[in-house]
Amino acid sequence: MWSWVLHRITGVGIYFFLLVHILDTALVRVSPEAYNSVVASYKTEIIGLAEIGLVGAILFHAFNGIRVILIDYWRKGAKYQNQMFWVVLVIWVVLMAGFVPRQLGHIFGA
Amino acid sequence: MAIVIEQPDAPRSRKGAQWEKRAWIFMRASGIILVLLIIGHLSVNLVLPEHGVKAIDFAFVAGKWASPFWQVYDGLLLWLALIHGTNGMRTLVNDYTEREWLRKSLNITLWVVAATLILLGTLVITTFDPCIDPNVHNYLPELVCKG
Repeated sequence: MWSWVLHRITGVGIYFFLLVHILDTALVRVSPEAYNSVVASYKTEIIGLAEIGLVGAILFHAFNGIRVILIDYWRKGAKYQNQMFWVVLVIWVVLMAGFVPRQLGHIFGA
Repeated sequence: MAIVIEQPDAPRSRKGAQWEKRAWIFMRASGIILVLLIIGHLSVNLVLPEHGVKAIDFAFVAGKWASPFWQVYDGLLLWLALIHGTNGMRTLVNDYTEREWLRKSLNITLWVVAATLILLGTLVITTFDPCIDPNVHNYLPELVCKG
């Protein structure tokens, strides 16, 4: 139930970021100044912190999506769906433990 | 309009059933590829560069797209992510809208947005010209610019 709700919420969030991200990248076709000035906003502390949320949403959606595929195709998938949810959370915590300090170093570092 | 719940065992039209089945398979197939592509995308752009997100600028993109590998990589990411995301949004629209005209309008909007951004993104990748930057030779010394 919670994995299902989280999968939907993270999916919608990632979708709207994707729309913005395609538009901001399209500015490389306009001019270096246009692109650089918009990308500069990604380097601010606020957006840098929000990006941690984005990466967290992507990693949850990615590994829970693999869990959904295993439930559909693996013979024992439905039986172990609950255990697999915990595996997803453990993978998420491990990857975030690697990403968060790195990102914080980048946005607050010299 | 009253909500009509279909008989679960009512036969679907052959065409409709095929389409939904293909969409279902696409979500899983594209999902697996996207997990790999996006982890690579985040690693190369956010995690591995010494200054992470602060290293991203026009020169960074020009450096990547000088190689056909990253052009194909980003093109694949664009198409798969947008179709996967749009189809996912279609699922939510179908689940949460009750009025048929609203459901249809939202779904049409989703696919128009997807088609527009796929076209825009594909054009940006395929027609990208690093020579619009006068300082391009500072970071792409081998590049030959016309004029």
